Amino acid sequence: MGMEYLIAALIAFMFVAALIAVEAKDLLSSVISLGAAGFALSVIDLLLGAPDLAITQVVVEVVALVLLVRVVLTRTDTSVTAPRDALRTAAVLLAGGVLLVAAFVAVGGAGGDGAMPPFGQPRLSDPAAAPVQPVSADYLAKAPDETGAANAVMAILLDYRAYDTLGEATVIFVSILGLYAILRHVGRTSGAAGAAKGGPAP
Amino acid sequence: MNQPGMSLIVKNTTRLITGFIAVFGIYIALTGHISPGGGFAGGVILASAVVLVVLAFGRDVAARLVTEPQCHAWDAAGAMGFLAVALLGYLVGGFFWNFLPTGRLGHLYSGGMIPVANLAILVKVGAGLAGAFVALALFHRTTQRREI
Repeated sequence: MGMEYLIAALIAFMFVAALIAVEAKDLLSSVISLGAAGFALSVIDLLLGAPDLAITQVVVEVVALVLLVRVVLTRTDTSVTAPRDALRTAAVLLAGGVLLVAAFVAVGGAGGDGAMPPFGQPRLSDPAAAPVQPVSADYLAKAPDETGAANAVMAILLDYRAYDTLGEATVIFVSILGLYAILRHVGRTSGAAGAAKGGPAP
Repeated sequence: MNQPGMSLIVKNTTRLITGFIAVFGIYIALTGHISPGGGFAGGVILASAVVLVVLAFGRDVAARLVTEPQCHAWDAAGAMGFLAVALLGYLVGGFFWNFLPTGRLGHLYSGGMIPVANLAILVKVGAGLAGAFVALALFHRTTQRREI
């Protein structure tokens, strides 16, 4: 029971950190607030019993934070010169509204069927309460025999739902290709290295 | 900024630690089917070792160790390897079918194709992120050179 309040406090911390990240005038404080929100999310993952997700979240957060701090520190001017106040206030108001609607639905305000199941009893693993035939119970029961993997998360990610994982890998591959394409274009049109190759810039 | 890399303490610590970080990333990926972790987390840890080297020794030294074409090649090899694992499932019956023996539960040689797919994702994510970081570092150098 105390776990719910701890998680709620962490979510409030994440909300405050995200607001600071949006509203801060200095880019470095904004980046650090974003990192604080990410680490709070990884702690929530750990409390909810998802170590796979927590490991990935922490590692990605560290690399992204180092990269962003590096980028911010090498910039000469780290202050936001043109604050778009109207757009930013609109974004914050929109996010607050979405959060309110989500909370309204979660506590069952829009009818009893939308109510959130009690903590620790997810709806998908309860055959009686689920509107459709649940699959997660089957996964947990059959994964060790069918795949031989002791970690059920990996059994789902790379065996039962491997098609999704292939899509995610494709997304990462294409985005990194796009990054190379953008950086290559600028590098080729300027500097001595581009002129040595002699390729005409498109 | 003119001195390449950080201080001597950081460089020596990086020399000591980088190998352990890389080994830990590979371990996280290879034991993904019996303990928490997986190919993605392991790949990011492996890329963070490269990031540490680039930050500690400066861009020029790191650009000799990890070049961008190498990263392209390993990135593409990882992606094609994952796709090959998926296509080899046709030997048994269909796309992404588990074509290897499942082995004994909880042992390293278990899970059929899951460790192989984890290895492919490790290579793909590690090389992709490391290449992206190296490309960003080199990009920064070229823009600075243009401004000067």
